[in-house]
Formats: sequence, structure tokens, C-alpha cells
Amino acid sequence: MKDLLPMTSIENIRAQTPVRRLGDIVFSNAATFAGVSILATLALVAAFLIAESIPAFTGVEIAAAKNGFWAYVGPFVFGTVFASTIALLIATPLAVGIALYISHFANRRFSQVLGYAVDLLAAVPSVVYGLWGILVLAPFLTPSYRWLNENLGWIPFFSGTVSATGRTMLTVSIVLAIMVLPIMAALIREIFLQTPRLYEEAALALGATRWEMIKMAVIPFGLPGIISAAMLGLGRALGETMAVAMVLSPSAVIGFAVLTSTNPNTIAANIALQFPEAGGNYVNLLMATGLVLFAITMLVNLGARWVINSRKEFSGAN
Amino acid sequence: MTSLQQPSSLQGSKDLPRFVSPALLLASAIISLVTQTSLAATTALEINLLAVVVIAVLGYALALYLISYFIEGKRKAKDRFVTVLVSSAFAVAIVPLISLAYTVVTKGAARFDLDFFTLSMRNVVGQGGGALHAIVGTLEITGLATLISVPIGIMTAIYLVEYGRGKLAKMVTFFVDVMTGVPSIVAGLFAYALFVVFFGPGVRMGIGGAIALSVLMTPVVIRATEEMLKIVPNELREAAYALGVPKWLTILKVVLPTSLAGIATGIMISIARVIGETAPLLIIAGFTASMNYNPFDERMATLPVFVFTSYANQGVEMQAYVDRAWTGALTLMLIVMILNLAARLVSKFFSPKG
Repeated sequence: MKDLLPMTSIENIRAQTPVRRLGDIVFSNAATFAGVSILATLALVAAFLIAESIPAFTGVEIAAAKNGFWAYVGPFVFGTVFASTIALLIATPLAVGIALYISHFANRRFSQVLGYAVDLLAAVPSVVYGLWGILVLAPFLTPSYRWLNENLGWIPFFSGTVSATGRTMLTVSIVLAIMVLPIMAALIREIFLQTPRLYEEAALALGATRWEMIKMAVIPFGLPGIISAAMLGLGRALGETMAVAMVLSPSAVIGFAVLTSTNPNTIAANIALQFPEAGGNYVNLLMATGLVLFAITMLVNLGARWVINSRKEFSGAN
Repeated sequence: MTSLQQPSSLQGSKDLPRFVSPALLLASAIISLVTQTSLAATTALEINLLAVVVIAVLGYALALYLISYFIEGKRKAKDRFVTVLVSSAFAVAIVPLISLAYTVVTKGAARFDLDFFTLSMRNVVGQGGGALHAIVGTLEITGLATLISVPIGIMTAIYLVEYGRGKLAKMVTFFVDVMTGVPSIVAGLFAYALFVVFFGPGVRMGIGGAIALSVLMTPVVIRATEEMLKIVPNELREAAYALGVPKWLTILKVVLPTSLAGIATGIMISIARVIGETAPLLIIAGFTASMNYNPFDERMATLPVFVFTSYANQGVEMQAYVDRAWTGALTLMLIVMILNLAARLVSKFFSPKG
């Protein structure tokens, strides 16, 4: 018997063609398939929404939108953006405050419990917020609305006749703010906790008070995180449906008064209220407004991702 | 700081005695309460609790700032002022939570009885009836959504952590982020648009709700699983490879068991998140007063939609409908809390000890 191939060359051949076991092939393909199915799902979401919305754009007469699609969706887009913006203006400072309190003010063991309590707020279903907003919060806030209207009525936001029920834009925005608060606070808290200890201790060692330390070390470090948390919160508020649908007394107007009973409805709430009874091409119209909402939230979320990624090296938000 | 003179900001560096701060809080609270009560008495309106609290906190913050300013100096005064602001920001977040929990429990208790869990709303007008049909619907739809999204979610996470390199993996990561931001109502519209193609306009089906929910749930499962797989130490994988274990068996027998507790926690939290979703189910699963065990046929009630419709479509004896809405909310909250608690217990007791 002659050794045709020396050992080394056999090993070379083996090294060049690694064994592909059947299990490996099946498993890795299954994993890749799952990954691709995510892309496919999103493509399907976009495709089906667009396909179902086309009738709303083709100029076919739709009874609910006599002046065309954009005239119909305009007030809702305004309402959506307006409500979410107010919610964000309320929620951002509060979220920063909560995050600071948990990360730098409360003592360590206590702060864990507090963090859990704030997380619980995130777990409350939106329909429960809606119920609470209309039956508890709205009546509670009405006297304050009356006071705002009497004393600060010269500001356009607080002008007009105060709603007797409290089902106003401001109530909706406050409920939305409470709903996005936990997720924002949790994100900001994580970033604040990642502030390098060295910066904090250096600031304290130089004689800074706690607030000065936070101003000099924590806030600059966490700023990109605060911005992206705010944008993610905005994305959530834009798409929130049930709380708005239950609390707001809606009408199709564009107006900045937040205390009256004529408020611009939001896209999501309008769909939720109209869809169950809708038929014919009204469904397509609502579908098209849903597409607009999808586009708006996607832009906001992409903006947030962009902020996170472009500042990646400075922030802990990745 | 160029001159040798002590800078003005450090002047008056005496500390405030400890009792000053709580005493000020008490004083401003009392003053605020008294003024508001007298105001309410003169205008014959009910007392505005919000105003009482706001005035008390602002008065407290300002008084503390001023006193501290003259005794401790400007910088410490500012520090105290900010501390009050930050603490009250936290209180502002906790108050709604307490109010919410209190209202849901007290108002939900009225109908939290055996009937609620054993009867449907079929032929019920006014009092009585229950939410069994809605509870069954919620369990079936959420269960189906879990069945769809957990395998896809876990496999995608495995792909991203263990296999994914290059452009495709980057795209998947990016679009999982996009998917996280899909508004729930859009997911419902998607399920409707999908089913309309096959079953014609006006379609309502439980399985559609499950598909809508799985669109919302899958990215959450992926994110949670991904985080857990990432923290499995590479040494474990390398040890398995060194023993000649194939990659797929390494993942199945080494990586997944190590991270199982974390993945289970993530799945439970994602279930808790979608079980309260109302909007997509309102659109595609619809609402009915009767029992329906078959998710592939006709309308199916769910607990969140039950809460919404009970409130929105109040019939005669309005209070009975509102009561049922609150009890539905209480049941929903209990389910969510139990899921969250179980998730925490699982991660506490079953995660590998390091």
C-alpha cells in the first residue's frame, strides 16, 4: 500500500472544505428566514395599507371627505401633532426630574423600589388610562381650567368657553404625558446612571453642590439621551389611540384653544371611533389616514434613531 | 477668583438647621390650605385641591430659596431649590399611579363577583352579566399572538446575535426598531387590510387580532431575547466548539438554556404589554356580547374592548355599564400585574447564578 496523499495535504483539504452538517444548515437558514420575515412583515404592512388606501386618493367621491382627502385629514394631523407636542412639553421636564431623582437624589435601595413603581405606570393598559382620564382626571382638573381661563384667558391657548366636562385638549395631553412619562424616565435614568463616576466625583471634589455637579457633568453627558427619549416619547404619543378616543370631545376643527369643548381630534382616535361603523370607501379613507399616521410616527422614530446614532460616541444610549 | 477676597458665592457659608426645611413645608402647606379654603368660602365654589398643592409647593420652594440665600449663600440656595423641584417632579408622577390604582380597585370591586367571571353579556340589559366571553377572547387572541411571535422573535434574535453579519443583519436591526414604533392602530389596520383581501369587506376575526398583536409583540420579544443572548459569555460557546459540538447544537443546548430565564421574563413582559391593547382589536376582532370560542370565525370580544364599549355604549341603567367597565379594567390590571410579577420572579429565581 502506497500512501498517495501525505497527511498534511489531507488536512489541507479538510480545512478548505469545512463540514456543513445538516443541522447547521437547517438551523442557520431558519434563523435567517425569521430575520427576513421581519423585513417581509413590514413590507407587507406598508403594501397592504397603501393598497387599501389608494381609493381615497384617486378622486372617487367619498361622502365623508367632500373637499378631498387632505382637507379631511388636515385637522386630524394638526390635532395629533398638537396633542403630542403639549404632552411632550409636559412630560420631558418631568421625566428628567424623575430620572434625576431616582439616579442622584433618592437613596439607593429606595430608588430601586421607585424605579419599579414608575415601570408599573408603563404597564397600565391605555384603555384604563382612558377610563381614569375621563372619570377621575377630567372632573378634577375642571376648576383649574376655569381659573386658567379667567386669569390667563388673554393667552390664545386658554381663551374661549371652558368645557364643563373637562374633556379638552389639555386633559388629553396630560393623560398622554402620564402615559409616555415612564418610558422616557426609564431611558433617561439609564443614561444618567452611565455618567462616568469620575466626572461626578471630580465636580464634587472641586466643591460643587449637587445641582452644580448635575449641571456640569450629568446633563451634558445625558443630553443626546434626553433628546432621543423625548423623540421616542413623541412617537408613542402620536400613535396613542384609546386614551384620546375616550377622553376628548372631538370635532374637525383646527384651533389652538386647549380648554374648550371643540377640539381637533387625532388621527388614531378618529380611526378608532369611526372604523367599527364604517363601510364602503369610508374604510379606505380611514385606512389612508392610518397611512399618514404611520408615515409621521416613522419619521419621528427615525429622527430619534438618527440622533442616537450620530452621537453614539458621546452617549450611553446605544 | 482673581482677588484674595472671598468670592461672594461662598459668603454666608453657615448651614441651615435641619428642622427648617420640613417646618417651611408644613407652614406653606397650612397657609395654602387656609387661603384656598377661605377663597372657596367667599366664592361659594368647592375647594380646588390642585391649587392648594401647587401653591404649597411653590411657596415652600421660594421660601426655602430665600432663607437659604441669606444664610447659606446663593449656590446652596439654588441647590435646595432644585432638590425641591426634582422631588416634586417625582411626586407628580407617583400621584397619578396611586390615584389610578385606588380608583380602579375601589370602583372595580363593585362587580368583582362570581357572575363577572362566569357569565357573558348575551341578552343582558342593565344590571348583571359578566365578561367571560371577553376574558376567553383575550386569552385566546393573546395566546395565538404569543404562538406566532415567540418563535419568530427568538429565531430572529438568534439570527442577529449568532449568525447575522453584514448588510442583511443591519437592515433587520434597523427595521426591528422601525417595527417597535408602529402605532397599535396601524397594526390593526394592517390586519384588516390583510384579511379583507381573503374574506371580503367588513371582516372581523379573532385570528386577525392575534396577527395585529404579534406585529406589536415580535419586536419586543426580539429586543429582549437579543439582550439576553448577548450577555451569554463567549467562553461557553468556544468551549462547546472546542469539544466538537456543532454550532446549532451549541445554540440549542448551551446558549439558549443559559439565557432561558431572561428570555422567559422578556416574553412575559411583552405579553403584558400587548394584552392591554385595545385599538387593533377594536378594528379587526370587533365586539360581541356572546361567547365565541373560535378565533377563525366571526367577532370575538376581548377584555380591553369590553372595557371600552361598556363605557362608550352605556345603555339603560348607566351605572351598571360603568361598573362593568371598571371591573374589566381591574381584571385587566390584575392580569398585567401578575404577568409582570411572575416575570420578575422568574428572572430572580431561575437565572443562572454567576
